Amino acid sequence: MAKANMSLTRNAMPTQDAKVRAHNFDEVALGYTEEMAVDEAMRCLNCKNMPCVNGCPVKIHIPEFISKIKEGDFEGAYQVITKSSSLPAVCGRVCPQETQCESKCVRGIKGESVGIGRLERFVADWHNTFCTEEPVRPEANGHKVAVVGSGPSGLTCAGDLAKKGYEVTVFEALHTAGGVLVYGIPEFRLPKAIVAKEVDTLKKLGVKIETNVVVGKTLTVDELFDMGYEAVFIGSGAGLPNFMGIPGESLKGVYSANEFLTRSNLMKAYLQDPETPIMKGGKVAVVGGGNVAMDAARTALRLGAEKVYIVYRRSMEELPARREEVEHAEEEGIEFRLLCNPTEILGYNNPDDARDPKNGFVTGIKCIRMELGEPDANGRRRPVEISGSEFEIEVDTVVMSIGTSPNPLIKSTTEGLEVNKRGGIIVNEDGLTSRNSVYAGGDAVTGAATVISAMGAGKTAAKAIDEALSK
Amino acid sequence: MYKIVEKKILNPTVVQLWIEAPLVANKAKPGQFIILRVDEDGERIPLTVAGVNKENGTVKIIFQTVGGTTKKLSCKETGEYIQDFVGPLGVATHLDGLKKVCIVGGGVGCAIAMPIAEALHEMGARVTSIIGFRNKDLLILEDEFKACSDTLRVMTDDGSYGEHGNVTVPLGEMLENGEHFDMIITIGPLIMMKFVVATAKPFGVPVTASMNPIMIDGTGMCGGCRLTLNVDGKKVTKFACVDGPDFNGYEIDFDEAMSRGRMYSDFERHAYESSCNLLNREVR
Repeated sequence: MAKANMSLTRNAMPTQDAKVRAHNFDEVALGYTEEMAVDEAMRCLNCKNMPCVNGCPVKIHIPEFISKIKEGDFEGAYQVITKSSSLPAVCGRVCPQETQCESKCVRGIKGESVGIGRLERFVADWHNTFCTEEPVRPEANGHKVAVVGSGPSGLTCAGDLAKKGYEVTVFEALHTAGGVLVYGIPEFRLPKAIVAKEVDTLKKLGVKIETNVVVGKTLTVDELFDMGYEAVFIGSGAGLPNFMGIPGESLKGVYSANEFLTRSNLMKAYLQDPETPIMKGGKVAVVGGGNVAMDAARTALRLGAEKVYIVYRRSMEELPARREEVEHAEEEGIEFRLLCNPTEILGYNNPDDARDPKNGFVTGIKCIRMELGEPDANGRRRPVEISGSEFEIEVDTVVMSIGTSPNPLIKSTTEGLEVNKRGGIIVNEDGLTSRNSVYAGGDAVTGAATVISAMGAGKTAAKAIDEALSK
Repeated sequence: MYKIVEKKILNPTVVQLWIEAPLVANKAKPGQFIILRVDEDGERIPLTVAGVNKENGTVKIIFQTVGGTTKKLSCKETGEYIQDFVGPLGVATHLDGLKKVCIVGGGVGCAIAMPIAEALHEMGARVTSIIGFRNKDLLILEDEFKACSDTLRVMTDDGSYGEHGNVTVPLGEMLENGEHFDMIITIGPLIMMKFVVATAKPFGVPVTASMNPIMIDGTGMCGGCRLTLNVDGKKVTKFACVDGPDFNGYEIDFDEAMSRGRMYSDFERHAYESSCNLLNREVR
């Protein structure tokens, strides 16, 4: 085998030029070539104690798949990953690897860690492009399991159980499977064709997907048991958008990030002549500093906004979005207004003409400057208002991206299902809820978190369901 | 895909469809709604359930052609399919314990009021119905209302049918004359519901208004359907899709709801006109 690549820096990810990509919805990162992937794989030292695996919520055998890349056996590498992950092409794109597997990489102590996420993406894309072999449908074991929600936790749970021979049906409230992967994460970060491909793979494993079923409304959890399902996994996500409770949030032009992104992503409002409308162009302020805020800001830019601001109450250091996403946003020209917090959204009101069509539309956002005070219980420095420092930013659209809460639809129709004070479903370490044979995971349990942690929860629950039903 | 099993044109702009959707038919109660998409890449629109047939597994919807999507839907024929149909969504109208109720419906809102009037009638409640339309040509469901109402008043804005005037006229008269209602349930244009509330207020009669704002998912996810209630002097934000669609009429900020309802009116007009042209071309 060739000698290890001891370069301190990793192979850079090829990307679309910032000026070009700011005006299209094509994927930003273009992916490694075979040469880049092999070269990057050579940086892996194949550590015996595998610290990277401990950083992965679904415990992918990272050194093993990277070794296969070194040998040029890309399909072999895929087979290693797919043993642990049902959605490799998705994870390779949206996992925060820098705080997970890559943060534990020995190469990161002096220099940059191995680009594990980039390699995962390369392997998954290689498989999707070149492998024509159909996945083998395992022999049925005669047990039926229902999964509620087709987001990352639900798809993972369904995939793991299907591989063990369970007859799995996934119930999805929307018209397309994928959950947050299709309504939330934009095309330029995760092309919808990739999600569709991963869902297709699950279908070939025998997973049934029933769209247009709202569990809690169309069917209840108890009815699923009546229909012969022996266990139910709830992965219904953190659906409800939070608002700030400041004046002007009901003006025309104020969106929750969920609504703004759903209109653009799921309903394809970014296409020419869409059937679903969205406010395009003008100046846009996105309130919040998470990954969703970055997605909303960059979507607004691509929809044709002349100026997009991120308004965040803390400083760049505390900004919770992935560094890579922040850098991409900055390169594209998103302006960060840090240490300021909205106090009011301003709207047009013609005092002489109540029928003026401009009445009730957003004209600006009033903010107050903040400074960082003492650290709070979580160690984050608390932002404090600087009195008398109010100022206005002229905008036409405001997108509120300040978090979401779990959806209460299932809780309110499932007797005996306990939730915590934030509305998250209470589970034990196996993902089991307060109800027999009802499991839950993902944002429905934790509140808004990452795709990979939801997948980890789906995986844990699948294992527990298998243990319970195969007794 | 969901099959259209029966189509009926109620007036030049209002169409009634029976759609095969057994899971929805099995659960839907008066006051609840569904969301549909006519075709792939189509818009999601909410429509209130106008009736169900549990035996056949079918759901009745009645809608007015106002934008591109409803125009497209109105061109679908019996035996054809629509892409998506999900529900029942929202909370059913609370009818328990009601003995004397006044139903006030306006325009296509009467289609939503209809199953509520029927349910009340079956419960043995005394039902007074006031239904209003712009003119005679737009009248719908008169016979159906007659069948389930103890008293029926039909109003037209121009006097071309029934009595001349809007729905608040007979409502005001009845209340003036000391008629007692446990509840007024109103469904129709926002401006009409606002004035129904104003008419009822001096008499202290409870009013339930059914709201039909812009929505996408219908499960509380997008927040687009939010409206403001004034509860004991405090402003409270509610989502019509999960908290409603029915709300206490006295608490609703109707002016804000009307303003929000016009957010995409330019877009709607454009979509309606362009889909008209498209459909006209297809015919030729």
